[in-house]
Amino acid sequence: MLNVVINIVYFMLSVALLFAFIRLTKGPSLPDRVVSLELIASIVVGYVGVHAIDTGVSSLLDVAIVIALTAFLTAIGFARFLERGGRKSE
Amino acid sequence: MSELIVAILLLTGASFMILASVGILRLPDLPTRMHASTKAGAMGAMMTMAGVAMHFGDVVVFTRAFAIVIFILITAPIAAHVIGRAGYFLGTPLWEGTVKDELKDNYDEKTHSLYSGFEPAPESVIPPTHKKRDEDDEI
Repeated sequence: MLNVVINIVYFMLSVALLFAFIRLTKGPSLPDRVVSLELIASIVVGYVGVHAIDTGVSSLLDVAIVIALTAFLTAIGFARFLERGGRKSE
Repeated sequence: MSELIVAILLLTGASFMILASVGILRLPDLPTRMHASTKAGAMGAMMTMAGVAMHFGDVVVFTRAFAIVIFILITAPIAAHVIGRAGYFLGTPLWEGTVKDELKDNYDEKTHSLYSGFEPAPESVIPPTHKKRDEDDEI
């Protein structure tokens, strides 16, 4: 039963990733893209968790920790860059 | 039994993720998009991590998953606050149906200080104009 559920969850996460990627390419302003990148990082954390269940390798959780950490740091860095004066409309 | 709980947790987490991405795709401006994505995305990741901790049933794995949940719980609001602040000061246009923008009247963007309206505000801040309603006015 869990195998079927894991495949369904992979599919749902892929659809979510696709939607966030559409916003990333389309987004009218730079903060929109940063928000969508943060959502993509959060979805990838979910992917890694599901993959850890799928393969039974619990060490993959370290990857999830690192991805969450870098997502936070990139968000802070982008926000600093924007407030210091990035390009206004892109 | 444990498999059933793991399956339910994973499916709920993935549903939250899909909700977040539909919100980020469909909503009209930056604050509403952040409202959809940050909360639902963090909730989805946290429920997936709860499913992982439930599936392995090991103390080490549980501790790691719990650490990830705590980390997401702490950092997601901070990142959302910082990006929203930067987006507001960058002048990203709000949705045309926005009813209230309270910062616009009381906030000085040069000195980053907030005025409550009781003290005299400097010239850089346009004081809010409150219309007094006369008794003769039609409502």
